[in-house]
Amino acid sequence: MGSDPIFRPGDRVRVRQAHPLGHIRTPYYIRGHTGVVERVCGAFPNPEELAQQRDGLPAQPLYRVRFRQKDVWPGYRGSAADVIEVEIFQHWIER
Amino acid sequence: MRDAGRYEPYSYFQLMEVSLRELLVEKGIVTADAIAGAMATMRERGPERGAAMVARAWLDPAYKARMLADGSRAAGELGFEVPGLRLIVVENTSSEHNVIVCTLCSCYPRMLLGIPPEWYKSRPYRSRVVREPRKVLAEFGLRVPQKTAIRVHDSNADMRYLVLPMRPKGTAGWSEERLAGLVTRDCLIGVAVPELPKKPKSRKS
Repeated sequence: MGSDPIFRPGDRVRVRQAHPLGHIRTPYYIRGHTGVVERVCGAFPNPEELAQQRDGLPAQPLYRVRFRQKDVWPGYRGSAADVIEVEIFQHWIER
Repeated sequence: MRDAGRYEPYSYFQLMEVSLRELLVEKGIVTADAIAGAMATMRERGPERGAAMVARAWLDPAYKARMLADGSRAAGELGFEVPGLRLIVVENTSSEHNVIVCTLCSCYPRMLLGIPPEWYKSRPYRSRVVREPRKVLAEFGLRVPQKTAIRVHDSNADMRYLVLPMRPKGTAGWSEERLAGLVTRDCLIGVAVPELPKKPKSRKS
């Protein structure tokens, strides 16, 4: 059984700015940034727990979140329409 | 780079791999033949499966729609059953170009594309393509016009990605097999686009 997704496609979400130790699948470069949920991918065992030899349950909803490149990288060279999409687990995002 | 012709002692991780492998064989958990067989299968696999999916999508709009909705199921439809693979197919259009990276390690749909190229796993590609994709693509020889938005996909967790490139002009009436021949590994990662083979210049004798 997994936790239910609390965000929906189109929701604006912010990635938590946190620095826990361990096996974290949230890249540093995207922490603290705000984007829009592109899709809900389903629920997967939490990799942070799996890395500690635990079962990773309840499974965590996983989202694809879309960020504007200009918001992520200061001085970004390219089109204002350029985006980066990153997979983020639910416990890493907030409204 | 390691020089294949020069002796170098094992690194720590190579030694760990050999030790673990020998232990597994010694304890009868796997056989040496099974390991060699799996390695051979992996090495033989190229991007043909991904290319076949693209060619089918170019010819069959209904298949393309199913592929964009559920990539894993679309792979299964062509007989490429990949248990556990969660495949997302992203479509290139005249207004959008897609490129794939895994910034955290080297996640890649190996069951469909084979072993990833060295550059895909390299730190320069992984760190640069997210922050200056246009420059990196230009280094691959692919200039994306400013009016075309670039979507970079970080394959950083449980999903795997395949780019569905645009069908090149001048391929009307081509067979599925011939179309698949245009789709290279790099097209499926998004650092290239399919191109017709250049005609050899005729030489005057």
